[in-house]
Amino acid sequence: MTPVDRLSLTAEERGMLAGERGEATRLAMRILTRMAPLYGATALLPVTRAHIDGCIYEGDAGLEFAERLAALGGRVQVPTSLNVVSLDHRHWQQLGLPADYADKARRLGRAYLDMGAAPTFTCAPYQTAAAPTFGEQIAWSESNAVAFANSVIGARTNRYGDYLDISCALTGRVPAAGLHLTENRLGQVLVRLRDLPPDLVVRDDFYPVLGYLLGTLVDDEIAVVAGLEAQPGEDQLKALAAAAATSGSVALFHLAGITPEAPTVAEAFGGRTPLRTVDVGLDDLRRARGELSTATDGSLDLVAFGSPHCSLAECRRLAGLMRGRRAAPGVEVFITTSRAVRDLLERSGDLETLLAFGAKVTADTCIVVAPLVRTGARTLVTNSGKYAHYAPGLLGVQAVFAATEDCVASAEAGRVVVEDGPWSA
Amino acid sequence: MERLIAAGEIVAGEATGRALVTTEPLSFWGGLNPDTGEIIDRRHPLSGRIVSGRVLVLPHGRGSCSASGVFLEAIRNRTAPAAVIVSRLDPIIGLGAILGEELYDRTVPVVLLAPEDFAVIADGDRVEIGRPGQVRVAREDEGGQSRMVVP
Repeated sequence: MTPVDRLSLTAEERGMLAGERGEATRLAMRILTRMAPLYGATALLPVTRAHIDGCIYEGDAGLEFAERLAALGGRVQVPTSLNVVSLDHRHWQQLGLPADYADKARRLGRAYLDMGAAPTFTCAPYQTAAAPTFGEQIAWSESNAVAFANSVIGARTNRYGDYLDISCALTGRVPAAGLHLTENRLGQVLVRLRDLPPDLVVRDDFYPVLGYLLGTLVDDEIAVVAGLEAQPGEDQLKALAAAAATSGSVALFHLAGITPEAPTVAEAFGGRTPLRTVDVGLDDLRRARGELSTATDGSLDLVAFGSPHCSLAECRRLAGLMRGRRAAPGVEVFITTSRAVRDLLERSGDLETLLAFGAKVTADTCIVVAPLVRTGARTLVTNSGKYAHYAPGLLGVQAVFAATEDCVASAEAGRVVVEDGPWSA
Repeated sequence: MERLIAAGEIVAGEATGRALVTTEPLSFWGGLNPDTGEIIDRRHPLSGRIVSGRVLVLPHGRGSCSASGVFLEAIRNRTAPAAVIVSRLDPIIGLGAILGEELYDRTVPVVLLAPEDFAVIADGDRVEIGRPGQVRVAREDEGGQSRMVVP
């Protein structure tokens, strides 16, 4: 008996597997039913929403798969948003992408649109109309979006990798397992923040560092963070979730007194005792902050904001910081965001301010999924934990993690300017 | 002489190769170049090593959801490892291998070992994945003789 035989499927699901809804649905259901046992599922569960990560162009396999599903007549069964794609649809020619690459990236996006997905093209779908609500069962991909949806919103999804995400969207089903089930969402590890300076925990650059540390502490376990004496905003929680899902396989965390499934520490653990308790002090956070940077000083040629995609609020804050200033010659500045936000910036006039600073404001994509950065760049300064982590491997640059204000100051000065502030307290 | 270990089949199949071993989790996305098979996570101990044809022994993946896509690209490009051995059930790595079978009819077995068995395998060991759920590990001494691998 194979694991697939142990799955109990409804008549409708068996029909999908038998090809009654067409070949695309059959292939999607085959992949889903082979994967379900790996999640420990014995049945499938309907979802109301999907977010697809597979539209990032990684190579010909992903393109062949999507075009095959589209050609076989695949149609998504639930509202489906799309992650970043590997080019800025409206500006790729100015950005100097190779034509062959741009063509394949565009065909990939096209295939998913043909299957009925919405052209959201963002890695922060939770900051768009595609956001789920508390308790909603969804099939989301993109590690930062999964962590945010589960932790901050209280929607329910596992991490659905390429190309299980589209398989879920085409069938409207997920394995009934893991974080879809209430009993698996309770805290496992208690993380106590100890004696942190009050002026540190309100800073934007505290949250990516806490997330980066959290990921290394718990990997895929569910952390309950206690002792955070602040009321972090949505963008700070976004930075925390993204960094935690970068250094670890974090899909869900709870912040006691802050996130919806953790009114108190006791409720976050559902009355159970933590598997273990970890105390985190300023020194631990300093170490994590240090690990985010592979260089600390010197000249720079690249500054990037927007992994995950900058929200409107983040872009407008950048506009406030950049107004009347200019990036040093030879420094390339990227602000990566969604096309919805870029359009709003254009209308609000902030886009002009950002462009006047010398920034490139890209929509639909980002610097690690499309070849936007000019070759030969050596040092990146960023306020994103995720960019800082991935850029050395994917772009071959040194990374410096810095607060937003310091990123702007560095761009203007043409060298790394980092104020340690309360980090050195 | 060799050691035979019972393994859990995540993706069943047969393969043989030299072990490439790490105790550090790795995200294939941003960590593996599917065109060359090189590990490109510059913070990872295996940075610069080539996975192609090797039996990749890693505890589990981490980070990105795109890791399965990168694994599939590597299978398509024939730069993938011959097999993957993990010590924790990792759906994302299993997914890449399942897609490889469904789309290209190529099997890269993925097997699960208990942590104490996982720790037995050293870099360079000759590893044979067999069915059902068997891992055979052999190590050569300086004279080129295989000897039993013991924990």
